Amino acid sequence: MENNVLLQINNISVVYSDVIQILKAVSLDVKKSQIVSLLGSNGAGKTTTLKSISGLLKPENGKVTEGTIDYEGHNIQNSAPEIVTRLGIIQVMEGRQPFKYLTVEENLRVGTATRWGKPYKKDLELVYHYFAPLVARKNSLAGYCSGGELQMLVMGRALMAQPRLLLLDEPSLGLAPLLVKEIFEIIKRVNQEQGTTLMLVEQNANMALQIADFGYVMENGKIVLEGDAKDLIENPDVKEFYLGVAATGTIKTYKDVKSYKRRKRWL
Amino acid sequence: MEFFFQILINGLSLGFLYALAALGFVMIFKSSSVLNFAHGELMAIGAFLFLVLSAWAKLPIWLAFFLALAGSFSLGFIIERFFLRPLIGEALIEVIMLTVGLAIMFKGLMLFVFGGDIHSYPEFLPQALTLHWGAVEVPGVNVATFIVGLVFLGLFGFFFKYSSQGIYMRSVADNQPAAMALGVHVRRVFAMSWAIAALVCAMSGIVIGIINGINVHEVSAIGLKVFPVVILGGLDSIGGAILGGLIIGLLETFTGGYISTGLREVVPYIVLIIILMIKPYGLFGLVEIERV
Repeated sequence: MENNVLLQINNISVVYSDVIQILKAVSLDVKKSQIVSLLGSNGAGKTTTLKSISGLLKPENGKVTEGTIDYEGHNIQNSAPEIVTRLGIIQVMEGRQPFKYLTVEENLRVGTATRWGKPYKKDLELVYHYFAPLVARKNSLAGYCSGGELQMLVMGRALMAQPRLLLLDEPSLGLAPLLVKEIFEIIKRVNQEQGTTLMLVEQNANMALQIADFGYVMENGKIVLEGDAKDLIENPDVKEFYLGVAATGTIKTYKDVKSYKRRKRWL
Repeated sequence: MEFFFQILINGLSLGFLYALAALGFVMIFKSSSVLNFAHGELMAIGAFLFLVLSAWAKLPIWLAFFLALAGSFSLGFIIERFFLRPLIGEALIEVIMLTVGLAIMFKGLMLFVFGGDIHSYPEFLPQALTLHWGAVEVPGVNVATFIVGLVFLGLFGFFFKYSSQGIYMRSVADNQPAAMALGVHVRRVFAMSWAIAALVCAMSGIVIGIINGINVHEVSAIGLKVFPVVILGGLDSIGGAILGGLIIGLLETFTGGYISTGLREVVPYIVLIIILMIKPYGLFGLVEIERV
């Protein structure tokens, strides 16, 4: 294993309820201090990949049946979330899961669960520094915050844990385009200023590839394409399927698409 | 008028007692959505523990009190560890049935050890605690209940509002998967809530023991009174449990004083049904926050 690899997934298969296979032989590397994007259509297995890292498969009756996940010399496949989180891996779940009946600041304090009893004032300041809109809302119930504020809240909550590897599941879901841009800028800043390694699952391929260093494309539980983000963004297939742009650079209309010519599979 | 005040005071102190008992119940429901049917038995166990330590082992009262609380606290941990943890992931109804089983087991054990007779504690409350107000008399036990109850309600309020551990417990009640993703030790939170609940149960059991004497059947019957209290207040609201307790306590004593003593035990349940028809979540029950 190369020295600067933080997380290495070797050939894992994930099965839910002993019968439903979601991931088939997925391998990927996440290098230290990089942003790695994981793209793919719905049901491709992106979220499952994140959950197999963070240990959140277990409550959903899922299991890594083959392969290993190595994180800094630890084998963390099928580990409980309370162990994985204490190693510095924090997942921000899809769809913003705030603690609705806790105030914004209390929500942030839950992020200190992995290091209970240690001072957290500095981290709170850091979170408020990145997510300034939260300051004004700090004493109101999270259930009454707007979608954008909630996305900032759940990301801030994860930062409170001082993660070394942050797994973000669709941070742009249901947000206004300008806000998406702001969130992605913050993600980039966190990566550069804190040195946090990030793994980003996104539908917004364009945005995700712009801030990422490396990208993987998943389909049907397999990784079908990988490469530097710069190369992926130029890749004709990615352009056509994820960015909605034809190889010639013009926006494609459905009129010109000859369906029988469309590539149905990768490779 | 004196009669009115006497009843008011009796009602308030009875209500406080119910509130304290309900607190333990709410704690477990809030963190794990389990209805604990062994509540009354936990109260009785705490009361008997205090009896053994104070009357039989002849320890100083304060030491016996704290040891009884500590013992119940550990018992809560043990119950969670050995009976409930194996059921994690099973359907809720199975866990609830398990608490019914626990109730029967504990009751049987206590009957086996202590028999069905009434036991009583040695007199230990100083005479000075009894307050006189014209002809209205507040017995020392009630004054002590007030003080102990206020102190503990304050402590719990503080614990849940400000301490990190309390916030983790509330986060689990709120959104368990999200709490897990942040590294909150969910099983530890469950264990903690059972332990705290058992401690609160013990406290209310001891107070009931001081007032009425301890008898397995009677103490566990009072545990059942917790149901109208918490349903009235809202199953998951600590403030609701306190207010619900006071309302039920007052209702009972006023019915007993002005209408008939026979009706006393029934009235809480009648009110319960009416409240459920008007406000199904209870007075302070959690109404889902929904943003449209």
